[in-house]
Amino acid sequence: MIEASSDVDFYLRAQERRTLLRFITCGSVDDGKSTLIGRLLYDSKMVFEDQLAALAVDSKKVGTRGGDLDFALLVDGLSAEREQGITIDVAYRFFSTDKRHFIVADTPGHEQYTRNMVTGASTADLAVILIDARKGVLTQTRRHSFIVSLLGIRRVVAAINKMDLVDYSRDVFDQIQQDYVECAARIGLTDVTCIPVSAIHGHNIAARAPEMPWYEGPTLFEHLESVDVGDLEALRPFRLPVQWANRPDSAFRGSAGLIASGTIRLGDPVRILPSGSESRVTRILVGDLDVDAAVAGQSVTVTLADDVDVGRGDVLAARNAPPPVADQFEATIVWMDSHPLLQGRTYLMKLGATTASATVAPIKYKVNVNTLEHVAAKKLELNDIGVCGLELSRPVVFEAYQDSRELGGFILVDPLTNATVGAGLLHFALRRSQNVRWQTLDVDKSARAELNAQRPCVIWLTGLSGSGKSTIANLVETRLYALGRHTYLLDGDNVRHGLNKDLGFTEADRVENIRRIAEVSRLMVDAGLIVLVSFISPFRAERRVARELVQPGEFIEVFVDTPLAVAEGRDPKGLYKKARRGELKNFTGVDSPYEEPESPEIRIDTTRLSAEEAAEAILQHLRSAGMIDAG
Amino acid sequence: MDLTVLQRLEAESIHIMREVAAECERPVMLYSIGKDSSVMLHLAMKAFYPAKLPFPLLHVDTTWKFREMIAFRDETAQRLGLDLHVYINREGLQMGINPFTHGSTVHTDVMKTQALKQALDTFGFDCAFGGARRDEERSRAKERVFSIRSARHQWDPRQQRPELWRLYNTRKRKGESLRVFPLSNWTELDVWHYIHLENIPVVPLYFAKPRPVVRRDGAWILVDDDRMPLEPGETPEMREVRFRTLGCYPLSGAIDSRATTVPAIIQEILQTRLSERQGRMIDHDQSASMEKKKVDGYF
Repeated sequence: MIEASSDVDFYLRAQERRTLLRFITCGSVDDGKSTLIGRLLYDSKMVFEDQLAALAVDSKKVGTRGGDLDFALLVDGLSAEREQGITIDVAYRFFSTDKRHFIVADTPGHEQYTRNMVTGASTADLAVILIDARKGVLTQTRRHSFIVSLLGIRRVVAAINKMDLVDYSRDVFDQIQQDYVECAARIGLTDVTCIPVSAIHGHNIAARAPEMPWYEGPTLFEHLESVDVGDLEALRPFRLPVQWANRPDSAFRGSAGLIASGTIRLGDPVRILPSGSESRVTRILVGDLDVDAAVAGQSVTVTLADDVDVGRGDVLAARNAPPPVADQFEATIVWMDSHPLLQGRTYLMKLGATTASATVAPIKYKVNVNTLEHVAAKKLELNDIGVCGLELSRPVVFEAYQDSRELGGFILVDPLTNATVGAGLLHFALRRSQNVRWQTLDVDKSARAELNAQRPCVIWLTGLSGSGKSTIANLVETRLYALGRHTYLLDGDNVRHGLNKDLGFTEADRVENIRRIAEVSRLMVDAGLIVLVSFISPFRAERRVARELVQPGEFIEVFVDTPLAVAEGRDPKGLYKKARRGELKNFTGVDSPYEEPESPEIRIDTTRLSAEEAAEAILQHLRSAGMIDAG
Repeated sequence: MDLTVLQRLEAESIHIMREVAAECERPVMLYSIGKDSSVMLHLAMKAFYPAKLPFPLLHVDTTWKFREMIAFRDETAQRLGLDLHVYINREGLQMGINPFTHGSTVHTDVMKTQALKQALDTFGFDCAFGGARRDEERSRAKERVFSIRSARHQWDPRQQRPELWRLYNTRKRKGESLRVFPLSNWTELDVWHYIHLENIPVVPLYFAKPRPVVRRDGAWILVDDDRMPLEPGETPEMREVRFRTLGCYPLSGAIDSRATTVPAIIQEILQTRLSERQGRMIDHDQSASMEKKKVDGYF
């Protein structure tokens, strides 16, 4: 605690040496977690008189302590949650002692908020896990410990709280300590300190508790102040993910970023990845000051001896110990969105200063966070944790998460909603990205296209069931055939009889269905064909994937635009009637959404154009785009 | 070598600013002239050195700022060669909106919140840096470093993006914007300590000096110009006071103080038992008022 010091210079010099400890507190709603944090702030004299006055008023009004100071109210931030008496999100608190400065991530413990705990744990060096002395080690204690271990936190404090309610019993404490140390060891947590506390009364928080003379270990404050936070990052090889190229004029070419690990000194040889070029460090700037060396955790700008190309997303690394580069990984993903993660879907992945497209390869399993069992899964729901493969659009520099949070931790962003939908930990590059290479063949697409006297492409017809896609596609193919063009028509219903007969109509299966069609279309385009695809394909994300599989200009999206009422009125196969009666589930337009194309190459309004006119419009587009002769 | 708290905070803030410069199209730095803005600006000069700041500064002027603040602002812009925009809500000015007649709520809404939104829309800024810190107030403790705002500049506390490691999601739809808070993890003491170590200039109003003040609602209000209506029988008295936070002069309460240097201010903060925002009249309007203002689009 900072006491008012008459010697402010002494205080300022002490400040110079203070280190930072970031920790997370985990516990369920009634373990007394907010009370503990409120108590930490109060005991470290971080609560001012006016805040105490406000607290006294609030305690009388909404407190749960019968008018006594309710420390939980100090930290329950948003009025919505004060009324509900729960914390709903991650909040950060600050307090200081003479030796250390602390940043606490305060996260709620209920099951549905795994995502908040993961968020708070991602920046923590230590975890304080609350255990109610009356209840002992619970399922949620295991869940919290598992997440702490997963996120790479090595040091754990188990605060056995509410000792006052078990008569300060040493036996109770000893039993819980034994249970918890065993439980933690199974999860891989070996650095565990158990402390008996009563947050409400402040016992063993800042001051020792005379009620527990049998306890000889440190108080919570003593432990937090003295626990070793020696930075392992500093001992690892040098890595600088480049955030920003600093080029004010032709004379200065700097690479700016925060050093992820290691130390850099003037003259050190570095390798630039992924390009692999090499150079030497000529200047290191911390802010506007030239320094001889800098370490992990510092933001720097470095200049190099050679005129090599360095930009955002590149990584400068120790020349003799460069990190790996790969485009396929195995990773653990924590899902944070209400729309599930699906196999075959493509998301944006941000890793260090790099952003790439990442497609989800088959999910190996998900983890039941309560039993830690592995469960088969085709998708990950909100708060699920699973292990899966990821295929990237291009190679990126990475390290295993257990070695580097900075180059092994990533987020996934939905390219359509821009929401942050997942967090991930890279484990290792998948071998196949190193061993299976695309075979380069002598006869290529352009050679085959030349032989066929046409430019291959995909004509992708999307629209509701009964909109007229198949009819129009059939007419287009007939005309192309008459013109002597080489074509193939992939029809949704027909493909489901063969290639995709193992797939149903859940959202996950629909995504896989489209993924296969998209891959088959790509092969056929490569074979030199004009491919017609007639598929409801209701999701923008999958149509985008199909578009990105082929070259720009080769994908022609045709939106067969028919109002739902019209399509339902036609109902050529009687499917809408079945769906309305509840006999068909996940039917597009009825109980599953159709996402209209935002900018299709061709839009066919079937309420105004006949099928023949629609076919002619598509042929006209093919002529003007040079896919077939204008004749 | 173990980095100190301030070295870590400095590195984090610089990292945040560089992310914005690399990923946003038209960023701007909200400059409020206070000590937090001074620190934020100092960090920005470091982040991009030797290049110039890759974004302009914006001061939303309510026309009721202390005269010394405006002088300091103009001197700072000139000294550092800054591209500074000053924006005033002309409509509000014509309507004669002021804190005395209309009260702090209406004045702050029209001349600050509405003015800020107008300014961002007028210049088409897609990202604005603010100097807010999480230790200032309860609702701020939960805000992200990168905070997404709707096309109408609103904050939805339930739609915040999870923020992990040092990875910030800067993607947004057309019309949406980001508010970015590089000083999120700094405390009031960190700010003063850094000002001391780095010798950063701040507005002289932070230092104690005899100033003409009157007692209003339990606070010392500086009579900064003749627009301030005095109550019958009220006469300004000279007292040695300073300000812990700066805003519109009729809404900023001074404290009795003898602190004339930065170390003296730090010592005073260590000894004082009142929080920093206690001198701000606008937070006390209603319970949890900061949260409500943020939802409406106040920074």
